[in-house]
Amino acid sequence: MRDVAVVGANMIKFGRYPDKDVVQLASDATIGALKDAGITMKDVQIVVSGNLYQSNAMIGQRIMKEIGATGVPVINVANACATGSTAFREAWMSVASGAYDVALAIGSEQMGKMGLLGAEGANREYSTEGVMGTGLMPGVFGQTGVEYMRKYGVTQEQFAKVAVKNHKHSVHNPYAQYQIETPLEDVLNARVIAWPNTLYMCCPTGDGASAAVLMSAEKARQYTTQPITVGASVLTSDPYTERNPIMFDVNTLTRNAAKEAYAKAGIGPEDLSLVELHDCFATAELVHYDNLMLCGEGEAGEFIDRGDPYVGGRTPVNASGGLLSKGHPLGATGVANIVEIVWHLRGQAGARQVENAKAGLAHVIGLGSACTIHILKK
Amino acid sequence: MTQETATEKKVNPLVPFLRIPDNYPDEPAYLWGSKCKSCGATYLGSRVACAQCASTEPSFEEVRLSDEGELYVFSVVHQTVPGLEAPYVAGIIDLPEGVSVRANVYGLDPLKPDPSWFGKKVKMYTEKVRVDREGNDIVAAKFRVAD
Repeated sequence: MRDVAVVGANMIKFGRYPDKDVVQLASDATIGALKDAGITMKDVQIVVSGNLYQSNAMIGQRIMKEIGATGVPVINVANACATGSTAFREAWMSVASGAYDVALAIGSEQMGKMGLLGAEGANREYSTEGVMGTGLMPGVFGQTGVEYMRKYGVTQEQFAKVAVKNHKHSVHNPYAQYQIETPLEDVLNARVIAWPNTLYMCCPTGDGASAAVLMSAEKARQYTTQPITVGASVLTSDPYTERNPIMFDVNTLTRNAAKEAYAKAGIGPEDLSLVELHDCFATAELVHYDNLMLCGEGEAGEFIDRGDPYVGGRTPVNASGGLLSKGHPLGATGVANIVEIVWHLRGQAGARQVENAKAGLAHVIGLGSACTIHILKK
Repeated sequence: MTQETATEKKVNPLVPFLRIPDNYPDEPAYLWGSKCKSCGATYLGSRVACAQCASTEPSFEEVRLSDEGELYVFSVVHQTVPGLEAPYVAGIIDLPEGVSVRANVYGLDPLKPDPSWFGKKVKMYTEKVRVDREGNDIVAAKFRVAD
């Protein structure tokens, strides 16, 4: 495998765009990434497009018909919430393998106000939802947090502090769907969605798009003096564990991916300037401090109590505001996390900039499950 | 001689791993699973092959699962789809055969979730939850805190 660099990165502000379709959103994001790289679609040798809800609708080709139908290979990718990051990984693989010099990864999704994912099937006569436990995301990630609570004695307040932090960070991110600070008492007093997660501890649905241009390190030198190197691109699935899939295990595959990513990048968690991790719920973020080894085993509660994951703290986590504030347009999320890291490494993150950022990690989980970790370096 | 007619009502399990005997409810319904003869991993209901040992010569024995287990973890679901009762305790129940099952748990105050719930002994019961479009009763497994 040869070295690969990110040369172009862009996303649109996540939100709700009822007057546009998903191809227009993705096209806007992609044109921005191409301009950022200083190329056009005519320079792109392969396109990988991630979109979940229209995974059977040839989104990649439709984007190209809008912005440049050059006839190059297009791969449409679906991998639950890890759809966008899997698209990025496939683009990385295309270049790292030596098959192509310039690849484009696009993530897009249009969800509108669709509310609880999977809810549409929950009233079918043979649905188990609400009758034999829950499989909807708020309850599933509630249980994930409660398991950590059982093992290590963390409290609902410690989970709530994650939401306080991410919403505080979001105030400085013009690309976030919500930029509203939520003090601890507001988070704890908000209505409960699935205990221990209250409303402000759950990510909103929405629309979004993001794109990245990847090149071989050699090719990148022709276009930029500031290439961002992909130090590791890792994808895992969930191995057999005793309670999975009755209870989804988001921990084992994340730990496996983290170990592999640190080994490949040749750095450890202590070397990370920032992390964008998959905070679909506040409970998820807390357990991933531990899974990504940002803290010692069982010490995620102390990690948030000390303020370590704040911008200015030991390891800033979700300087973007995370999915809790940015929103989580499924296919767009994974590429957008990488875009955020790229901006920090280039010093282009505005008021939320992590000073002197040298290395960043982007983590995504798609339930069922897929985990991607990308480590990017200056 | 009795003849089954199209209009005769049946009692159907909500999930395939709940078995309803012919003389239900005189004989109680029970959960069943499949135990891999190679590695011992046990699953709810039937399996094609084993996710743990990945044997290409799969062989399972059916096991009747206990009615009693322990509450491993839970969430309390407050927001769900219209028509479903909330809030309710959505638990993961560990059964002694090494299998876990998702279930609603009753006998706990959903407005006061508490770490003292971890490891609580719970007991299964069955209840009619819906009627399907052919008029058959649908029966689900639920759990309540054991006395």
